[in-house]
Amino acid sequence: MNFVVPDFYPAAAEILVAVMALVIMLASTFARRIASDLAYGLTQLTLVLAACVTVLVSPNLLAAVAAVISEVPLFGVRLAEVLMGLSEGYAANEVVATFNGMFIGDMLGGLLKVFSLLAVGVALLYGRGYLADRKINRPEYYLLSLLMTLGMMVMISANHMLSLYMGLEMMSLSLYGMVAFDRESARSTEAAMKYFVLGALASGLLLYGMSMIYGATGSLELSGIAQSIYHQAANKTVLVFGLVFMLAGLAFKLGVVPFHMWVPDVYHGAPTAVTLMISSAPKLAAFAMTMRVLVYGLFELADQWQSMLMFLSVLSIVLGNLAAIAQTNIKRMLAYSGISHMGFVLLGLLSGVVDGDRNFALNAYSSAMFYAVSYVIMSLASFGMVILLSRAGFEAENIDDFKGLNKRNSWFAALMMIVMFSMAGIPFFIGFFAKLSVLQAVVAAGYVWLAVLAVLMSVIGAFYYLRIVKVMYFDEPVDTAPISAPGELRVLLSANGLAIAVLGLLPQGLMSLCAYALLASL
Amino acid sequence: MTGMPFLSLAIWIPILGGLLVLATGSDRNAPLARSLAMFIALAGFAVTVPLFLLFDASTSAMQFSEFLPWIPRFNINYHLGVDGISVLFVLLNAFITIIVVIAGWQVIQEKVAQYMAAFLIMSGLMNGIFSALDGILFYVFFEASLIPLYLVIGIWGGANRVYAAIKFFLYTLVGSLMMLVALLYLFMEAGGSFNILDWHKLPLAMPAQTLIFWAFLVAFAVKVPMWPVHTWLPDAHVEAPTGGSVVLAAIALKLGAYGFLRFSLPIVPDAAQAMAPMMIALSLIAVVYIGFVALAQTDMKKLVAYSSISHMGFVTLGFFMFNVVGMEGALVQMISHGFVSGAMFLCIGVLYDRMHTRNIADYGGVVKTMPKFAAFFMLFAMANAGLPGTSGFVGEFMVVLGAVQFNFWVAFAAASTLILGAAYTLWMYKRVVFGVIGNDHVAQLDDIGAREFAFLGILALCVMAMGLYPFPFTEVMHASVNELLRHVAVSKL
Repeated sequence: MNFVVPDFYPAAAEILVAVMALVIMLASTFARRIASDLAYGLTQLTLVLAACVTVLVSPNLLAAVAAVISEVPLFGVRLAEVLMGLSEGYAANEVVATFNGMFIGDMLGGLLKVFSLLAVGVALLYGRGYLADRKINRPEYYLLSLLMTLGMMVMISANHMLSLYMGLEMMSLSLYGMVAFDRESARSTEAAMKYFVLGALASGLLLYGMSMIYGATGSLELSGIAQSIYHQAANKTVLVFGLVFMLAGLAFKLGVVPFHMWVPDVYHGAPTAVTLMISSAPKLAAFAMTMRVLVYGLFELADQWQSMLMFLSVLSIVLGNLAAIAQTNIKRMLAYSGISHMGFVLLGLLSGVVDGDRNFALNAYSSAMFYAVSYVIMSLASFGMVILLSRAGFEAENIDDFKGLNKRNSWFAALMMIVMFSMAGIPFFIGFFAKLSVLQAVVAAGYVWLAVLAVLMSVIGAFYYLRIVKVMYFDEPVDTAPISAPGELRVLLSANGLAIAVLGLLPQGLMSLCAYALLASL
Repeated sequence: MTGMPFLSLAIWIPILGGLLVLATGSDRNAPLARSLAMFIALAGFAVTVPLFLLFDASTSAMQFSEFLPWIPRFNINYHLGVDGISVLFVLLNAFITIIVVIAGWQVIQEKVAQYMAAFLIMSGLMNGIFSALDGILFYVFFEASLIPLYLVIGIWGGANRVYAAIKFFLYTLVGSLMMLVALLYLFMEAGGSFNILDWHKLPLAMPAQTLIFWAFLVAFAVKVPMWPVHTWLPDAHVEAPTGGSVVLAAIALKLGAYGFLRFSLPIVPDAAQAMAPMMIALSLIAVVYIGFVALAQTDMKKLVAYSSISHMGFVTLGFFMFNVVGMEGALVQMISHGFVSGAMFLCIGVLYDRMHTRNIADYGGVVKTMPKFAAFFMLFAMANAGLPGTSGFVGEFMVVLGAVQFNFWVAFAAASTLILGAAYTLWMYKRVVFGVIGNDHVAQLDDIGAREFAFLGILALCVMAMGLYPFPFTEVMHASVNELLRHVAVSKL
């Protein structure tokens, strides 16, 4: 055996998270009394450190962040200089592969990892008080979150079907456990069971697809697959069959129609803190996985998968928006709205190649990525509001629980209004620019009818978002109990809501980060 | 002086000021919120005055231009500027904002800060719409202005307010999203530019022009509103509080008509020419049919709402005849309608605040208890009917004149509004104001106070001044209208 020590450097953040997960497991076993607080603190620390490490080791990321920051008035230029000074000597290569090509370090991965880490951190902060109120604030929750994060990071950086699958399973298994975390609740357990069974089915489909693609191309490494297809060495029929199975698995993880059945039930059944988690960072990981498989591995088959994606995205946008209207439970409503948002992300992905012309690819994929990131920001804020209104023994999960919020607390009513209008795609909020960039890509690709369909469905979507604004502003409050959320939740939620408004006024920074990440990684 | 960014000030003073008013918080600080709102409204008006005074009426070029890159990724710019057409609307808007603040002074007792803030923010956004020269900037202001109006109708409106608010929002959203697709298409065709002035020069094939025309038509026809997509307006008007109705009638309806001038006509002139017969037919239906509908109303606000639709039909009619008199008449009609319909809604608001009913049948003999009010109401009713000497006459007369040049029968149908308008307005006036005192409530009415006298008086002055000497208005718009017509006459195929 000829063993070469791999370059651990690009995977430094993953290694950090893995080590810390073990440390937390041990620490919480010994320090029983303060276990959950300790685990929470260490987890947040790990997430922040991992984000910093990711920025340092990811090629170009620091320089790109510095370039965006230098646009900020007043202190921006100075701060950017400091960052540029830091970035000297760090990762200058565009793409680094390690572990025999199983793991890849590039700016796309770095950026998505940073966003995921931040999203997990925010989700943990939002959920902590909620879990404590329900007496399920146990250290295992934080441990599972970290393992999920590790899985996502591996997925995002995977350059090989096996590492991809390993990351995916690590993320999914942690999530199954988190959904069932409130083990007294029959609904949570049922949701976890559903999620597990359907998730296992999807993993099976994915594996089956992988095996077919392996059979056709003789490689599990994404770049190897791409090359084999490029040289036309692969059997097209087997390849397309494999693609179909893989796409079904991916669609399940993204939660798009017709593989969406689990989404409303799981969102509804899981404790809200977990729903918040599922609806945020894992969407970014699923987006990364889709990008890796379809664009890095199977780009030569773009014509095939684009038409499949078109089918999935049209169905998602139509069904997600229509079904959301009928919901009275806000978690279910947001689940269906999430389905339609994922449909929009796919709209961006399917406009990359037009008649073999790849000039649109960068624009299209970066708009899809911008949409995914924007959705995560909005989704965090929307479920954060649900947590804000709930308290010990009371779940604020019906739309009626938002009645008269403007009379109870006009600040949070205004924030929720911002979130809802942003999701509906009304300017000046970030959701509008996300829709704009995706629609722009769709029109550029020549699918004007698709853009028209998407905007018509947005009008239907606007109806149920407007209904939330309506109950908050036009109705009398039913529940007059004061909002009893902890201070840090209020502050962070306010920051999150304002971020939606501020990024809506100045979306350029985030847009160009996404575009630059793809430019440096494709 | 010309170096000052007057347009930016006109947009952002009301918006940021509105947020400041919002920060005064609960109703304990209501007096502060009111005075602050008044101050901001006055400041907002003050910065628009130089736009009129320093305006160079001899050129059709954009003036007071401002240009900043906003989203370079899509080449979206913060590009502002006004020509002779839009400058008037910026002024009108800033002026109406003051009236609305005064009108809500005592009537609104609940969530005062939010009410005032909504109107101020809306005013800033409307100024943005009228001065944006970038397609996306226009769209952003156009859409964002829905939010405050939605809240105003929904929170402070009448019994059926929720239905009206949602209907209003969704109707206008359908239209504007279609426009968004058209804007994106133009962006592609223009090689990555959202600059409206570039689009004016962009050659387009006829099928594309037709589709774009329809997309714009959906957006703007809903806003105008043109028959048959007008049904949201009576609902929204009836349920909105007085201030909301005034802004809707005086400003919001002008957005659609303005959109025709800024987008439809210059960007797709050939399609506009081809569609002109249909547009004229729709306009005439609005003028005549909606005039009859207005005649049948029993609710005062509904009656004025229908009369607004009928008057706006006159505006679109003036646009699509493509002659100078017609178009200038339509613009004068828009400004005049801003004053007159605003004043009509304020008058109805004065009655409603005292009686809490809008039913014509609940009134009668108001002149005996409110003589000062009756005099003002008379003037505005006459202006609404298009009596010579009031602003209402100038616009209608010019459009009819343009129609005579265009086609006698069109002019004939259009002129029927002079009779219909007089019929429904004066008949309502007669039933409400004259006759014997209808009931005990009317007998106990108090006449208007100083505050109400102030805003009705100012509007009366405007209506009279514009009726007797419209030259300053037509002079400002003349060069731009000529240029627009010259542009429309050249084919882009």
